[in-house]
Amino acid sequence: MRYSALNLFRQGLAGQTGWPQAWRSPEPRPSYDAVIVGGGGHGLAAAYYLAKVHGMRRVAILEKGWLGGGNTGRNTTIVRSNYFFPESSAIYDFALRLYEGLSQDLDYNIMLSQRGILMMAHTEHDMELMARSVNAMLINGIDVELLDAAQVRAEVPLLNFGANARYEIHGGFTQRRGGIARHDAVAWGYARGASGLGVDIIQGCEVTGFDIAGGRVTGVQTTRGAIGAGVVGLAAAGHSGVLAGLAGFKLPIQSYALQAMVSEPVKPVLDTVVMSSATGMYVSQSDKGELVFGAGLDLYPSYAQRGNLPVEQAVIAGMLEMFPAFRRLKLLRAWAGLVDVCWDYSPIIGPAPLEGMFLNCGWGTGGFKAIPAGGWMLAHLMATGQHHPISAPFDLSRFTTGRLIDEAAGAGIAH
Amino acid sequence: MLLMPCPWCGPRDEPEFQFGGEPATRPIPAAEVSDQRWADYLYLRTNEKGFHRELWCHAGGCGQWFLVERDTVTHVIHRTLKPGEPA
Repeated sequence: MRYSALNLFRQGLAGQTGWPQAWRSPEPRPSYDAVIVGGGGHGLAAAYYLAKVHGMRRVAILEKGWLGGGNTGRNTTIVRSNYFFPESSAIYDFALRLYEGLSQDLDYNIMLSQRGILMMAHTEHDMELMARSVNAMLINGIDVELLDAAQVRAEVPLLNFGANARYEIHGGFTQRRGGIARHDAVAWGYARGASGLGVDIIQGCEVTGFDIAGGRVTGVQTTRGAIGAGVVGLAAAGHSGVLAGLAGFKLPIQSYALQAMVSEPVKPVLDTVVMSSATGMYVSQSDKGELVFGAGLDLYPSYAQRGNLPVEQAVIAGMLEMFPAFRRLKLLRAWAGLVDVCWDYSPIIGPAPLEGMFLNCGWGTGGFKAIPAGGWMLAHLMATGQHHPISAPFDLSRFTTGRLIDEAAGAGIAH
Repeated sequence: MLLMPCPWCGPRDEPEFQFGGEPATRPIPAAEVSDQRWADYLYLRTNEKGFHRELWCHAGGCGQWFLVERDTVTHVIHRTLKPGEPA
């Protein structure tokens, strides 16, 4: 059922009793043309575009937990496309442009709020490097603006401009099309859209192995039985290495815990997203009023979905240094997601070393902002067997050719 | 917070240490190593879920490197070994 004013009115008259479930939960069929492992944003988006753009109908998503329960539900919901290299700008801006039309496309409000993002510079050297980055982004066609200290102060007067500020503010840059979106809604919207086009969404179904015949993947073994597959797509973020191990290959990825936390809700105080590499934090205010902020990585491999105290302490200290006014807020919740970090902080999109299998992983700390593009590219690969021009530079082969896309700075956090 | 038992200094807090990756042996002689093998050495990791052997450095203490056997899910540290110590 479409979410429209007319249907809202009808359901109002009917006492809100006629709304159908947003997506079906069918039993798995014996086989599908395409099976996607991982029911987070990237997997759901891939399934949606497989059905919508490529007309495939026999498609399944296998999720070991619940939809969007991994990093899609654990990130700080920031969207932006301010990356340094042309390859990165192309894919992240493709994602941002899809995000801009996504509520209409999915008929589901993803609550995209293009409130802008503001990256801080704390020294003259920061400013010089930032000017270089901004120039590169402008050449890439990304709409960013370099700001001096007075302009930053006009944008976010709450920042610490005191005489004793340890991290003095020299300026910054903004991408005004950046902002935040409701992360759960992105997962649910894609799930509803995909299900409506015939995709089977199967939750509580963990992949335990792959069927391989003649060097080609022919199906998956799961906790709910064997499922045949024409092609398999992996979109499992921090668990990509585990799946690769089941399929018999290794990936240039390490899994780390990335922490995020929220304060108690307060009235509107911050109307943009503020990021600072120097203090290792990024913060925005949710529509509920909570300050949502995040951290750098816990710098050792982890599959724990929880972070450790030293990083939590560092990010809180960083935020209070930048926003002394937040000192009295209580911390409501803290958690972590398992991020799949590549050596060049860019994703891996392309064919796996096993025929019939395709990868969408290695998004590391920045996967949420890329969901529509990651899904689009994986769908293109699974449907055609060929790279989309935008995904070609992110092929796994770059680790052998040496043509890395080093976005350590573009990732925007301490690694 | 990890409480890491440095083989030289005893148990110390996590911030004193630096993770140093999975042990890997550099393939030689360099001239005969293929691009593929070199890439495998540089970039490919087992990234195990569960039992994991890894190198750490007591960077903020004695500065020594040592081997750690740790669980990446529970963060339990099974044991730490000095380099060359029989496993």
